[in-house]
Amino acid sequence: MDYVIEMLGIRKQFGDFVANDNITLQLKKGEIHALLGENGAGKSTLMNVLFGLYQPEAGVIKVNGKEVKITDPNKANDLGIGMVHQHFMLVENFTVTENIILGSEPTKMGLVNIRDAAKKVQQLSEKYGLNVDPYAKIEDISVGMQQRVEILKTLYRGAEMLIFDEPTASLTPQEINELIQIMKRLIKEGKSIILITHKLKEIMDVSDRVTIIRKGQGIGTVTTAETNPDQLAEMMVGRQVVFKTEKTTAHPKDVVLNIENLTVQDNRGIDRVKDLSLAVRAGEIVGIAGIDGNGQSELIEAITGLRKVKSGQISLNGKDITGKKPRKITESGIGHIPQDRHKHGLVLDFPIGHNIVLQTYYQSPVSKGGIIDYKRVNSIARNIIEEYDVRTPSEMTQARALSGGNQQKAIIGREINRDPDLLIAALPTRGLDVGAIEFIHKRLIEQRDKGKAVLLISFELDEVMNVSDNIAVIHDGSIIDTVSPKETTEQELGLLMAGHSLGHSKKVGDA
Amino acid sequence: MSKRVVNILVPLISIVLGLIIGAIVMLISGFNPVDGYIALWNGVFGSSYNMGETVRQITPYVFAGLAVAFAFRTGLFNIGVEGQLIVGWLAAAYVGSAFELPKIIHLPLALLAAAAAGALWAFIPGLLKAKLQVHEVIVTIMMNYIALHVANATISALSDGGDKTEKIHDSASLRSPFFESLTDYSRLHWGFLIALIAVLIMWFILEKTTQGYELKSVGFNQNASEYAGMNVSKNIILAMVISGAFAGLGGAMEGLGTFGNITKMTGFTGIGFDGIAVALLGANQPFGVLLGAILFGGLKNGGLNMPNEAGIPVEIVSIVIALIIFFVASGYIIRVGLDRLSKKKKEGK
Ligand SMILES: Nc1ncnc2c1ncn2[C@@H]1O[C@H](COP(=O)(O)OP(=O)(O)OP(=O)(O)O)[C@@H](O)[C@H]1O
Ligand SMILES: [Mg+2]
Repeated sequence: MDYVIEMLGIRKQFGDFVANDNITLQLKKGEIHALLGENGAGKSTLMNVLFGLYQPEAGVIKVNGKEVKITDPNKANDLGIGMVHQHFMLVENFTVTENIILGSEPTKMGLVNIRDAAKKVQQLSEKYGLNVDPYAKIEDISVGMQQRVEILKTLYRGAEMLIFDEPTASLTPQEINELIQIMKRLIKEGKSIILITHKLKEIMDVSDRVTIIRKGQGIGTVTTAETNPDQLAEMMVGRQVVFKTEKTTAHPKDVVLNIENLTVQDNRGIDRVKDLSLAVRAGEIVGIAGIDGNGQSELIEAITGLRKVKSGQISLNGKDITGKKPRKITESGIGHIPQDRHKHGLVLDFPIGHNIVLQTYYQSPVSKGGIIDYKRVNSIARNIIEEYDVRTPSEMTQARALSGGNQQKAIIGREINRDPDLLIAALPTRGLDVGAIEFIHKRLIEQRDKGKAVLLISFELDEVMNVSDNIAVIHDGSIIDTVSPKETTEQELGLLMAGHSLGHSKKVGDA
Repeated sequence: MSKRVVNILVPLISIVLGLIIGAIVMLISGFNPVDGYIALWNGVFGSSYNMGETVRQITPYVFAGLAVAFAFRTGLFNIGVEGQLIVGWLAAAYVGSAFELPKIIHLPLALLAAAAAGALWAFIPGLLKAKLQVHEVIVTIMMNYIALHVANATISALSDGGDKTEKIHDSASLRSPFFESLTDYSRLHWGFLIALIAVLIMWFILEKTTQGYELKSVGFNQNASEYAGMNVSKNIILAMVISGAFAGLGGAMEGLGTFGNITKMTGFTGIGFDGIAVALLGANQPFGVLLGAILFGGLKNGGLNMPNEAGIPVEIVSIVIALIIFFVASGYIIRVGLDRLSKKKKEGK
């Protein structure tokens, strides 16, 4: 059999914690091999071993049949292995080309030869249909484009085997389709791919085989054509998973969040939210459906006080909170699961336990007379870690060391635990495994049933359809229509999100 | 190898390596390294006088190290400790000599004045950073020069064109006849006790208080801190102010303890800059800073004895001391080396 990469019996430990235990993964030439496992199962760790970022305690790695020691990422590059990380590693104020050549700058008489590099980047970009401008600055381009820069970076260095660590988690559905096309083109050109994703549909769509790991243990490898999502989910979680969350009908009460004629500008002074009005009642979940970049981020930032309001009014439980400080707003009863967990959600250098009190550290009983009771902090943290199944060696582990999905679970636990009147959940299940998604959806509905208001922002149509009681479609900074998930279809939603009007606002469709 | 062993082994190996390379330097330049090191040892521990002087020397280093470390732990790079120390020294010397008060008021007042002066000097770069995003490194460096020349001009004005201020009153002095007699009339003063308290204070602020949690959080991630409702600007300024207060107190040790006044300076004291090394040696931990200052102050003071006793020129002494500190600071390299070694052993088995 023609394996380009073989990882045999890999074991990786962090202190006493075993992140990978006797895992085997074999990549055939020209295949897309999916790697599936719960949050914290050890997927990123395994790939970091392959990429030379970690040294395994046991096991053998073979590349093209030859045993190799991958001591560092440069060695991995030399062996033709490239990696697109879960969290991008790009220098924001450098251009695309500068980022790509970083670390292996081509020189001409001692000077960096940007022009030739840019030409090569352009050629590669055209060959694989990546559509990247070599001279664009990273901070000015979309997340999807940034990811393609990461792909280019590996190709530029001559990668034959590409590792994608959750490439679709931060992409819009459109960008995901593009990425899938790109991956198919890469395979056609003879590359091989290892793909980590939590989305079973993507695995079914693009992969040839799937290797499943659970809690650091290798469970096995199956051929995609011979399996189905239910079986995959069961292999990964160890029990059956319900994909559609059951819920009773909502009983909305008083208006909790009321937004009237809100206009908000972005950093460049362009109106992003335009004359938007929206109400969320106690006991209901309102989902905001829309394509990324239509004002969702600015809307949330305005509600939570992180961004100035240009005009309009926001009130919570009848009280005006427009232009109030974030702390005032938090205290008046808003919880916020932020869109970007690394930027806003966590202090990565704090232990995960200290992150649990990020908004309550100064309040009794955590803090008394200006002194923090860290014993109590840790016990609160332990409760949340337990309740929300945050997989971490302990509450003292640095937040940075947690897997992406477990960081997210910790944030969600923190926000729900404060029991806010209004919970804003922005992309709450981004990067979560199917089991965790099911769990989080249940908790959001539970909040609703307790009579709280929930505002859900998501790019995933099935999430919006599944969880919300009402869907407000946002386009170009305004709510262009409000529909009931029971009376609409994904197609209709898609049309609305693209800015088309349906002619009549509530159409009875057959779901 | 267990972590514990590594943690003890690394600094030991570093110091030994530094001593060996230092010895080679002395050999090459034609001096006897054994004599040199005996002189160094004697300079630190040789007599009760030398020991007293060593402790005295360590004291301002503790404050300078704490100042740098505190800023560092809260996400700021305070290169201005030197200037903050100078204005602290000046303020202490002024308050010490200009007023006549009972000791119980005068000494605390003089210390407070030093802390406040240092804090004020650090407040300016803090404010500029918080409000206008001006990088604190640039501003603090400039503030050092301003401090130096402002201090010189003020000394001149206070002493009617002279080059030093009047001696402080006894009521503001840190001098201790008891410690002096104990150490054969060295200049050892009460300051080292204040330094120990300062170490505890820094630890307490950062590890126990609500404010410390906020300061660290803002230092690590401003976006998340803002999201959590913290006032980012206020915390940046406060971090600088506390750091500057430590530095100012370092100046008070010189003004109220060692010298009892302030003399015009042709250049920087160097204590503030050495504070950067002390902080890094101590991994920016308060107790680490204490150890770093002991090493730094010990070598500095012990080195003074090398020209006298072993005839080694001051320049060579500086090189030897710098080498030792260099090796301690590069403990990281040794750590990696040890790691490789223990891995090889495992594989060999
Ligand atoms: N540097 C580290 N130090 C300590 N523990 C770590 C470190 N890196 C990872 N871990 C732990 O190892 C486990 C596996 O983490 P890993 O990132 O591989 O998970 P993952 O399968 O990629 O999960 P996700 O789907 O959430 O990204 C986690 O429990 C994590 O806390
Ligand atoms: Mg991962």
